[in-house]
Amino acid sequence: MPVILELILKSLVLIFVLLTGFAYMSLVERKVLARLQARYGPNRAGPFGLLQPLADGLKLIVKESITPKSVDVPIYFLAPVLVVIPALILFAVIPVGPGDLFQLASKVNVGVLYVLGVMGVAVYGIVLAGWSSNNKYASLGGLRASAQLISYELGMGLAMVTVVLMAGSMSMADIVAAQLPTQFGGVLGWFIFRQPVAAVVFAITALAETMRSPFDLVEAEQELTAGYMTEYSGMKFALFFMGEYVKMIAVSGLFATFFLGGWSGPFVSEVPLLGLVYFTIKVIACLLLMILVRATLPRVRYDKLMAIGWKTLMPVMLANVVITAVLIVIGVPGYK
Amino acid sequence: MPWKTVCVLKLIHTVMDLYLPIFVILAIASGLAGLIVVISIVFGPRKRAQVKAKLQPYESGMNAIGQGQRRFPVRFYLIAVLFILFDVEVIFFYPWAVAFRQLGLYGLIQMLVFVGILFAGYIWVWKKGALDWETMDK
Repeated sequence: MPVILELILKSLVLIFVLLTGFAYMSLVERKVLARLQARYGPNRAGPFGLLQPLADGLKLIVKESITPKSVDVPIYFLAPVLVVIPALILFAVIPVGPGDLFQLASKVNVGVLYVLGVMGVAVYGIVLAGWSSNNKYASLGGLRASAQLISYELGMGLAMVTVVLMAGSMSMADIVAAQLPTQFGGVLGWFIFRQPVAAVVFAITALAETMRSPFDLVEAEQELTAGYMTEYSGMKFALFFMGEYVKMIAVSGLFATFFLGGWSGPFVSEVPLLGLVYFTIKVIACLLLMILVRATLPRVRYDKLMAIGWKTLMPVMLANVVITAVLIVIGVPGYK
Repeated sequence: MPWKTVCVLKLIHTVMDLYLPIFVILAIASGLAGLIVVISIVFGPRKRAQVKAKLQPYESGMNAIGQGQRRFPVRFYLIAVLFILFDVEVIFFYPWAVAFRQLGLYGLIQMLVFVGILFAGYIWVWKKGALDWETMDK
């Protein structure tokens, strides 16, 4: 069936792009961090260190895959797989351009719910990795991760409620359509201008959900060595990194779709390919912001992390939902 | 054909139409992840552990004491219970948010009552100290 072939091809392209993005994201991150700390970063493998991701990958493939004696073997092997799969399939509902060519599953009418669900599944991999390793660092890291991820899922869920409220639909395609320049005041139609609070909260929770600095307590090197992945080696270790970075890309894609107008931009209706270009630019901007945050901010303390999630983001987002609903009922321009 | 069969077939058709891409990418992603795990076993060297310490849990060079899976503070459990409560309530917002334009003022009042109840519970939990990480286990 040609439909199936088309879907397989699209999925393969998407996964290839995500994995290449992951490889070069790791290089860009090391480079940018190095420059911000007055170092050079990787510059030996190929010009400007461009072959570094390849070298890292090859090295990890030929490393011995050690299985410590005390681990729970089936779960120990399952955990990294469970981390990677949700990260890879999260992107499926995000439209990367106008028209059918640039979308995989963005017509799914519960796209936002799908995102929440897949994010929820992603917690399992990390918790199981921490638990099955039978290592004190790992189980502490896994515990911290589970508490952190579920706490920030609330804030993220409420931020997405606001987006759904504005768009009146849970489908990603409709959310982008609600922000098109024709709808309301050009670039001001983007939800980042109509819902600034939700955008900021979504950005914060996105950092926490991807366990990025300043919320990287899960793998705080000084106290927990490598957290839940302490006992992993070789490609299984690489899978955790892959999961983390692909999730970063996916979350940036979500932020671009929810708040930066997705693929919209000037001249997209004439040249559809431009939509893909704009979307890529927006995602890269979000990713660079994540790297800059890591280079700038110190790690928060664990009790403060919980306090931010439960005592600040929750009430702020509840109030935001109520205020948005009132504005919609009154019919304020931009919220009708 | 009985109407029930027609309904089921139509449902399957709609679901397949919308969700087939997700099943396809799920299958490919699972295959890839499994393949990578197998690759590391196939291509990596398989040495017999020369020393017993190699296969011990890593504790920064010290001999491992006791089990890795220890008892953990009850506050993690408490957070999980609170999460379930509030997450279910957040999920209730979604259908309301989708239908809000049709519900209008009526929907707003309904939701204000709901948020009021939710918020009262939230304040109660806060006052009970369940959200204070430091004092939670006292």
